[in-house]
Amino acid sequence: MREFIVTRFLQLIVTMFIVSLLVFLMIRLRGDPISIMAPPIFNEEQIQALRAAWGFDKPVLEQYVTFLRKAVTGDFGTSFFARRPAMEVVIERLGNSWLLAGVASMIGLTIAVPLGILSALKRNSILDFASTALASLGTAMPSFWLGLMLIIIFSVYLRILPSFGALEPKAIIMPSVTLGVGMAARLSRLTRSAMLEVLNQDYVRTAHSKGLQNKQVVLRHALRNALIPVVTVFGLQLGWLLGGSVVVESVFAWPGLGRLMVESINVRDTTVVQAGLFWFSLSFILINYALDAFYMLIDPRIRIN
Amino acid sequence: METLEVGKVSPEYISTLPPPRSLFTRVTSALFRSPIGVAGTAIVGFVLLLAVIGPQISPHEAVGHNLRARFKPPGYSDSSGTYTLGTDQLGRDILSRIIAGSRVSVLVGIVSVLIAGTIGVTYGLVSGFVGGLVDTVMMRIVDALLSIPFIVLVVAISGVVGAGLGTLILILGCTGWVTYARVIRGEVLKVREMEYVVAAYAVGQNRPLVMLRHILPNVISSAIVLAAVQVAVTILAESSLSFLGLGVKTPTVTWGLMLADGKSYINSAWWMTFYPGIAITVTVLGVVFLGDWLRDFLDPNIRARA
Repeated sequence: MREFIVTRFLQLIVTMFIVSLLVFLMIRLRGDPISIMAPPIFNEEQIQALRAAWGFDKPVLEQYVTFLRKAVTGDFGTSFFARRPAMEVVIERLGNSWLLAGVASMIGLTIAVPLGILSALKRNSILDFASTALASLGTAMPSFWLGLMLIIIFSVYLRILPSFGALEPKAIIMPSVTLGVGMAARLSRLTRSAMLEVLNQDYVRTAHSKGLQNKQVVLRHALRNALIPVVTVFGLQLGWLLGGSVVVESVFAWPGLGRLMVESINVRDTTVVQAGLFWFSLSFILINYALDAFYMLIDPRIRIN
Repeated sequence: METLEVGKVSPEYISTLPPPRSLFTRVTSALFRSPIGVAGTAIVGFVLLLAVIGPQISPHEAVGHNLRARFKPPGYSDSSGTYTLGTDQLGRDILSRIIAGSRVSVLVGIVSVLIAGTIGVTYGLVSGFVGGLVDTVMMRIVDALLSIPFIVLVVAISGVVGAGLGTLILILGCTGWVTYARVIRGEVLKVREMEYVVAAYAVGQNRPLVMLRHILPNVISSAIVLAAVQVAVTILAESSLSFLGLGVKTPTVTWGLMLADGKSYINSAWWMTFYPGIAITVTVLGVVFLGDWLRDFLDPNIRARA
């Protein structure tokens, strides 16, 4: 167990190191980042001064070493736009993003898990068919379009929910439902197939033949085992959720990290984009790391191997 | 009842058997037995048709302005004809624009996925086949790339490189390969240990030949199934990027840009937002159906049971 946690932690460090290299190179994809950052009215002399001020006149390797040394201490430079440390700008928005992702995950799991179990128990029923159809629809629909539809219904026509911002608590309802529905569509099919697989296992038959009630068999014997693959896929789908949040936060003007990324790209605020990419990737890696550890806690087979 | 002796099948008996079916007949007959396959083919075929012959059947011009017909609801008619799905802020027909937008979705979906598939399959094949330290390093790079959500990565890159249809296709192609690399590498690790691979070495074939002739053909079906999923992912990504203003720019017509226009007038003209979204959803649904069918068809375990 301890060995696993240590190995995975070292892997995590290596992965973050490569992420830092990718982030560093990405900003330089078109050569010199100054060409993106400098206002068009700058003359050659001013551009040179800017380049020197930002250290872009140094050799690339030296630039990377400097970048990495600062990044390790959480220093991604000064935001071009906000004139404050980029990290500070990003961290301010992080709370809102985590809140949105958390509520959306809750909604997603609350819909997907019961629906998946019911579909598996009543296989080939109308309910099963309907939930398959809804899951396909939910996967095919662009999440931001669902958000726009919710705005039309609840803000434009019914006038009961705010269409943007985070000024009142109920503002979180629409963005989190938008993301949660997409998450539910992606998880419910998986819960169903995991549940079906488990229901065919010998220990479930044994539990039945012991004379246990159906409810006990399903909840105590089957569900616990079916949830293991659901937890893994939930972790992977967080990538979808974080990505989707970029567009959905922009639709609802939700002041999170996703919207900050889009705003910063539009104003060419390179340092904030770098810090944002770093946080996106760190959140994803850390959550999956935590889920792996959790996975070991709930599944003794993995703990022993 | 006729009994047959094992190993002694008479030529007369063989002549009574139906002739072996070609790949084409096998694929089509399997396709038409599956409702999902039929639905997927019908939708995808329809969208492809629209992309090809769109301008011929389009009721109005997709880019021409008609300021007298601004914000007209679905079903509005004037001297220039009927606007079945309404008009936008410049009086352009929504239906004609949806037809025109199908081109971008088809083009982005197909070309990006071809680029991504080629890079990803090669990468995964090499990583899994070579193994050892090379494999570890190559897979760490894949892990790092996968840890940045796809849309976030694409948004950041297109912000740096700039927008436009060609650039967007390249960006989506050059970032989408990671999934293939991961999947193909996993398949290669399985196939590599198969007896026929060992046998190929035993008869003296060299490593590149084994990789291309014995391993690649046995992992390619996973790549094909994945490609169908990725077409759907790519079409959704294009619409998201264009919606954010980081993808294709006007005057090119795309469904994502139509949604961005729709959002600005969401208080008054719901049809500007509703219909392009339906177009995306139906198209992606068709691709997903076709992908589901393809997965069942290419997986011999499932085929044997059916």
